[in-house]
Amino acid sequence: MNNKYEVVIGLEVHVELKTATKIFCGCKTTFGGDPNTHVCPICLGLPGVLPVVNEKVVEYGVRTGLAINAKVPNYSKFDRKNYYYPDLTKNFQTSQFDLPICENGYLDIEVDGVVKRIGITRAHMEEDAGKLVHSGKTISSSNSSNVDYNRVGVPLLEIVSEPDIRSSEEAKAYVEALKMILTYIDVSDCKMEEGSIRADANVSIRLIGAKEFGTRTETKNLNSLKALQKAIEYEVERQTEVIEDGGVIEQETRTWDDEQGITLSMRSKADAHDYRYFPEPDLPPIILTDEYIDNIRRLLPELPEARKKRLIEMDSLSVYDANLVIAEKFLADFYDEVRKSIDDPKLIVNYLMGDYYRELVAVGLDFSSSPVSTKDFSELLKLLQEKTISGKIAKEIIPLMVKDGKSPKVIVEEKGLVQISDTGAIEAIIAEVVAANPKAVDDYKNGKGNSIGFLVGQVMKASKGKANPGIVNELLKSVLDK
Amino acid sequence: MSITKKDIIHVADLARLGLNDEETIKYEKELNDVLNFMEKLNELNTDDVEPTSHVLDIHNVFRSDVVEDSLDVEDVLANAPDRDEDYFKVPSIL
Ligand SMILES: [Zn+2]
Repeated sequence: MNNKYEVVIGLEVHVELKTATKIFCGCKTTFGGDPNTHVCPICLGLPGVLPVVNEKVVEYGVRTGLAINAKVPNYSKFDRKNYYYPDLTKNFQTSQFDLPICENGYLDIEVDGVVKRIGITRAHMEEDAGKLVHSGKTISSSNSSNVDYNRVGVPLLEIVSEPDIRSSEEAKAYVEALKMILTYIDVSDCKMEEGSIRADANVSIRLIGAKEFGTRTETKNLNSLKALQKAIEYEVERQTEVIEDGGVIEQETRTWDDEQGITLSMRSKADAHDYRYFPEPDLPPIILTDEYIDNIRRLLPELPEARKKRLIEMDSLSVYDANLVIAEKFLADFYDEVRKSIDDPKLIVNYLMGDYYRELVAVGLDFSSSPVSTKDFSELLKLLQEKTISGKIAKEIIPLMVKDGKSPKVIVEEKGLVQISDTGAIEAIIAEVVAANPKAVDDYKNGKGNSIGFLVGQVMKASKGKANPGIVNELLKSVLDK
Repeated sequence: MSITKKDIIHVADLARLGLNDEETIKYEKELNDVLNFMEKLNELNTDDVEPTSHVLDIHNVFRSDVVEDSLDVEDVLANAPDRDEDYFKVPSIL
């Protein structure tokens, strides 16, 4: 990119809240389903119906506001955002205009080791729209579209950032940080592939040092982190070229074409943003007492940043390890639970992210879908700490734990995998190995110290991996050095 | 403040209404009457009145997050001008 220019980005992130029902009616929010089977007179906008707010949506909105350091005002209301498009059943979207559920928050992000604060203007509650499905023929040739209204009324929270983001990497870090918080506070699944979190990117460029913002374009519906980054990078390049060629940027809405890797203008209309908002007369205002808000604040779980800090300060984990553990709430909770009975943080992380994680990947599972309980995982580490089993045996046990969720103790007993620490038994094996490998013994005596490795290996093999390697080493040395 | 013919055409366009000249003149007059009436209301002293966004003095009307039956798809589509299998069929929009 041309480094005369500075990039200015603001993101609008739409998050689907994980309620059982829609925002204003009792229809289910389950993803998929046969077309037009999750709809009722209310979400269809039939005449004479009365929408009623789902209390969970308000609770999740407040919880999110508190988690992103925002103010939650005591008074909030819904408004109608008017526009004509067949994805709406009512010709307006019920949203919030001037009095949203939360305002003035921020998130700290980290890019290349530098921490930066991104302001959050507001977050408001609104309903999702339906889905246009183009029939078999190509879009341009077909003169009709098919509409499925199952998504209409699914509760969304739109989180609007300040134009504080300066690169596609920062944009990605911001969405990742937001996703992490939203899954920690359990208000959304944040599954980008199911559209439960998607972003619109407002992008402009300006000469470095300029006070005024350049004209921005808004690229809609970016539903993966990759698309978000690529669309921003494309827009920056496109705008730079237009300006360098003496042109002007038009304020317009654009769409990301993933196949071609470009953004396209969506027929800019001068009055496209004339939404004529007005207060929703069917929904009385929401008044939240300080007590209600404080109650939700009290029940907030420990957030990722605080957790990371605790792991580094209290458990002496490295920043790298702490980041691994907090990346997923499930994993962080798993760690904490194991930590209650295992007083060796580093050992826990090594096994979690090492042999255990490798095995999960190998069989196509992840931490949350694994059958291994925190109790069994702790038991495995205890067996290691007590030297009942060696690291080598642990490697054998882990796949069996993952395979059928058996406890490591049961596996050890069933397979006779208990580590042999009985010196008599080990001495007997050593005697056999020494007798069978005169050359290696001679090599050792002639100063080739590394041939002891070979002999240790032979002893371990003869013991089927069960001999305690520390004791084998020690005993073998004393036999050879005699 | 008064509404001009241009405003009427703009608002009609946003509402996807096609108005002929006669109707445009009619609505220009009617909407101006409405605005004039609002002007009249503006003469009232409301210094001691709290602003409100809702006509009734109620708030926090909520429902619990419990699934209820949706409509049968045949009922959903009963009033659709056109359908394609179980979808609403609409003129294509670019
Ligand atoms: Zn419904």
